[in-house]
Parts: sequence; structure tokens; C-alpha cells
Amino acid sequence: MQWQITNDAPVYAQLIAHIRQAIASGAFQPGERLPSVRDLALEAGVNPNTMQRALQELEREGLVFSQRTAGRFVTEEPMRIEEAKRALAGAHIERFVQSMTQLGYGPEEIITLLQGSMKGETHHGDSGM
Amino acid sequence: MAILECKQLTKAYGRTPALSGVNLSVEAGRITGLLGPNGSGKTTLIKLANGLLTPTSGTILIDGAVPSKQTHAVVSYLPERACIPLWMPARQLVDFYADFYADFSRQKAMEMLERLHIDPAQRVKEMSKGTREKIQLILVMSRAARLYLLDEPIGGVDPATRDYILSTIIANYNPDAAVVISTHLISDVENVLDDVVFLNQGEVVLRSSADDIRQSRGMSVDALFREVFRC
Repeated sequence: MQWQITNDAPVYAQLIAHIRQAIASGAFQPGERLPSVRDLALEAGVNPNTMQRALQELEREGLVFSQRTAGRFVTEEPMRIEEAKRALAGAHIERFVQSMTQLGYGPEEIITLLQGSMKGETHHGDSGM
Repeated sequence: MAILECKQLTKAYGRTPALSGVNLSVEAGRITGLLGPNGSGKTTLIKLANGLLTPTSGTILIDGAVPSKQTHAVVSYLPERACIPLWMPARQLVDFYADFYADFSRQKAMEMLERLHIDPAQRVKEMSKGTREKIQLILVMSRAARLYLLDEPIGGVDPATRDYILSTIIANYNPDAAVVISTHLISDVENVLDDVVFLNQGEVVLRSSADDIRQSRGMSVDALFREVFRC
């Protein structure tokens, strides 16, 4: 998993987005035990306090849960994961539609273009993450 | 309780003020960036914390005590210039530090030497500048101190080593210890910082958490620094 922390947004917010994405895409499987805060922080090259804060936020969202001694785990509730996935997809779509609208396309044209693109091209097919 | 606390700390070299009325406290479990342009007082502050200088007025306390032999035992200091005996081979340096500091972990030091491919038999004087900086940092981070004072730890090293140094700092993170990193290479360190302190001409001009700066101002610490210190 490649962490790319940029300088323009709060680090904890970027960490939350990154882990949420990893859970939604299945890179972290339901029920999987997450690496320790320190290991995740090392991997991402960030401060452990910041990683801790991000994980606490994800806990509040219900995407991860902690068990007192055993560590932190990805939720086992498929609904939660599906919700997170939908929310991410919604945000992508919103951005896409906004960009297309800015280019001057109407709703119907957007759909037509999108359908054409889905049928025609396979070279965009990256594997998700 | 604050591990490092400055109250109205002032230091003048003759008639030249280096620090004026600095109030600052650094808590355990935090990594603080001491950021400022050249001549802003970063090194003076760190030297005061080590008892290498004495305040002109005001106080500086380490874990509640004035810098002394007792505080040296809990402070791990990386000076801006290498000050290790050049004739010693790396292995002997490790022994030297182990003799000096009760909280020094020989095992940790040897592991880091190995990871950085530093030959324990090599003498310091035979090492490149970058390797000397690495070995100094290894020695400093192999202690289980309460306060780490790192004066320009990433100044003279290549980007890969810089990453290693930063990950060493993260890996050694301890909730009971505080880390202070002084640097002007902000974009390299800002992701590992909890808090930032901007020093300018001997005064604290800003104190904030790094993420608060990004959130409330919508810019990186580096960008803010450039704005505050525009020449």
C-alpha cells in the first residue's frame, strides 16, 4: 500500500481517507487485524500521534474497532463497508459530474459519453488501488 | 507535566540578543519542530536546554529541574556539529556511550549500524560526512531519554538517509518522551511533527499544531513558514 501524504491537507485527514479507501477496496479485509499504530505510522512516514488520531476517528465512524489487548480490527459488518464504499463512489461521481458540467456537457451527454467510454476502452482498467 | 519549559527565557551574547522572553513548554509524547531561519535562536535554545549556555534572564527547566548533571542523564542531544572522537571505531563509540549513559541500548545501536551498513570496525575519521551524521544520530536515538534535542539532524544527508532518520525518530517514538527537532528544512519533517514553534530573531512568533495550520490556513507548514519569513 503506497501512502502519499501531501502538504496541503491535514495529515490525519489524509490518513483517514487512505485507510477508508483501503477498507472499501478490500486491501484491508473485513475482520482483518490492522498493523500497530507505530508500524502504520512508520509505513506512512507520519507521527504516531497523528496515526492514532486517524484511527480513533475511523473507530468513531465504525469502520474499525479495537479490542483492548488484541489491537485494532477492520469492521466485520458488510453494511458499514458498503456505506463507506458508496460514500467514496458518491464523492468521485460528484467531482466527475462537476468537471463535465464545467466543460459544458449536459446530463444526457455525460451519460452517453460515459457509456461509450465504458464499452469502448479497456485500457483504463486499473485494478482499483 | 512539561518536559521542557522556558519562562521569559532570554539570552544575549554581549549586546546581541539571541533569545528574548521565550515562553515555551514541550509535553511528553509530542514531536515538536523548532523552526526558524538562520540566526533565529534555535541552537541557542537547545544549548541552553543542555546547560552549555546559561540564561541571561528567565528560566529553562528540564523535567522541573535546572540543566545539570541530573538532567543530562535524561536528555539525549544531537549537536549541530559532530563532536564524537574521530579516532574511535564505531564499535568503540557504542561502548563509550554505553559507559556514559545508563539508558543506552547497545543492542539498538548495533542493529541500526547494521541496517545502515556501517562497519563497526571503521573509524570515525575514515567515514564520510553523511555517515558521521548517521552514527551520531544512532547514538542519540539508542538512548531511552525523556527529551531528545536534535539540532539540524537532517542537514547534511541525502534524501534516502533523511527518510531513514525520520523513520528512526518515528520508530523510537515513546509516549513518555518528547522530541524537539530544530531545522529549516521544513517540508522534509513536517509530516512527523505534532507541534511547530516558529522562532524569529529570538522570539516565538507562532506556536501551533502542524495539522491545525493545514486545516485552518489551508497551507502546509512549509508554505506558512515561507509566508511568515518572506525576505
